[in-house]
Amino acid sequence: MKTAGVLLALVVALAVQTSLSGLTMTGASMVNLVIVAVVYAALVFGPITGLMAGTAGGLAQDALAGGIVGIGSLSKTIVGFLAGLLGAHFIVAQPLPRFVMFVSASVVHEICYQGLSALVEVRPVRLPYGPVLTQAAINGIVGLTAFFVVERLPGALQRRRARRGRY
Amino acid sequence: MNVGNLGNPGNFGNELPIVPLLENIQRPTATRPRTGLLFLAVVVGHVILISSQVQSRSGVPVLEGVTFGAFARVQQGTSHAFKSVRNVWSNYVDLRGARAENDLLRSRVADLEVRLQEQRALAERSGQLQALLDLRQFVSVPTVAADVISGYVNPGVLTVTIDKGSSDGVQPNMAVLSSEGVVGRVISPVAAHAARVQLLIDHNGPAAAGAMTERTRAGGMVVGKEGDPPLRMEFVSNLADVKTGDVVLTSGADGIYPRGFRIGWVEHSERGDGLSLAITVRPAIDFRSLDEVLVILREARSAIPEGANEPGGPAR
Repeated sequence: MKTAGVLLALVVALAVQTSLSGLTMTGASMVNLVIVAVVYAALVFGPITGLMAGTAGGLAQDALAGGIVGIGSLSKTIVGFLAGLLGAHFIVAQPLPRFVMFVSASVVHEICYQGLSALVEVRPVRLPYGPVLTQAAINGIVGLTAFFVVERLPGALQRRRARRGRY
Repeated sequence: MNVGNLGNPGNFGNELPIVPLLENIQRPTATRPRTGLLFLAVVVGHVILISSQVQSRSGVPVLEGVTFGAFARVQQGTSHAFKSVRNVWSNYVDLRGARAENDLLRSRVADLEVRLQEQRALAERSGQLQALLDLRQFVSVPTVAADVISGYVNPGVLTVTIDKGSSDGVQPNMAVLSSEGVVGRVISPVAAHAARVQLLIDHNGPAAAGAMTERTRAGGMVVGKEGDPPLRMEFVSNLADVKTGDVVLTSGADGIYPRGFRIGWVEHSERGDGLSLAITVRPAIDFRSLDEVLVILREARSAIPEGANEPGGPAR
């Protein structure tokens, strides 16, 4: 159930991500839904799940994006593993820590990705701070929204049903 | 919490709350190594995956380059081992092949040596025939070339047999020459296709030849003798000028040998007991290796005394 849920989340994230990329004129996306899904799975289920989710989602994203397969995957694997470890050792149940986790994970992912790309392509590291921080902030907001929806939506629906039954 | 009672089976009151706590404590330490190993394995897998797609500056994929570099030593060792085994085997096979080849080459060398000897013999024979032809052209009288087919028949009687006889016009007392000098004369009997030739060096019979020295024309008679050299020149006056090294030619006075053919050269000349010089003559030809001769087809004149056809008297 857990694996299926994670895989479903990754598939949805990839589908939405590719759709958003197709909609933007520049081809660059302001949000990385796959990294959001990976960090979410890591915070909820632990480092192993985060690692596996990062590997699977990264490989799928790399394969769909073209180029060298493995760079994004390795970056997401590292991020998922680290997020899982931090989530297991620290209390990450409040919105702010979760936001910080999403933003940090996004930044670390970008650093890893750019660093590996520079290493493989034998070029200097290019890290555009503005777009990276912007994407990290949006990833944090999306992640918080995902947590909010998943945690609050069942209770809200239950209360709504109860309210309807009372009347 | 009494930690010292953890291993006491009788302390059931303390055991129940402690065991879940211990499990909670031990779980992270037990799963952390597995998680770390899994993470490490995944990272290594990614590195391999990326390296397999990335090419270095030389155009070789990094994974291939790293793999090649890592296994190069192993390949070198393996190759060295295989080469050693192969060299041992090839050396053994080559050794066997070399032995067979050596036998083959030996047989070829023997065959070629035989062929070489044949060619040398042919060349020598051609040279002899050419010399005979030259001699034949030099001699104005008719001649016939003959091969020596046998050597001395009787010990002490120096005769050879040639393959030309009366059917070829050969008769007794005909002179026999070679390209190098005088050989001797034909003696009786003469067969249809063979004849006997008394060598000039035969000291047992009248195989004498009229002679003269080339330098002073001092005349005399060359006859065979025992010892070395096998010829001596007789009847040369003490007043004649004969020196060592003078060439001795036929004078034609004997009626058998044509004039002017070389007999040999003076090896020693000294004053004799009587009126004549004691002269020894070294023959111009080697009588041990007679092969091709030329018979002068001219009958001897009457200067040859009667009964002179029998060399050395009765055969011994």
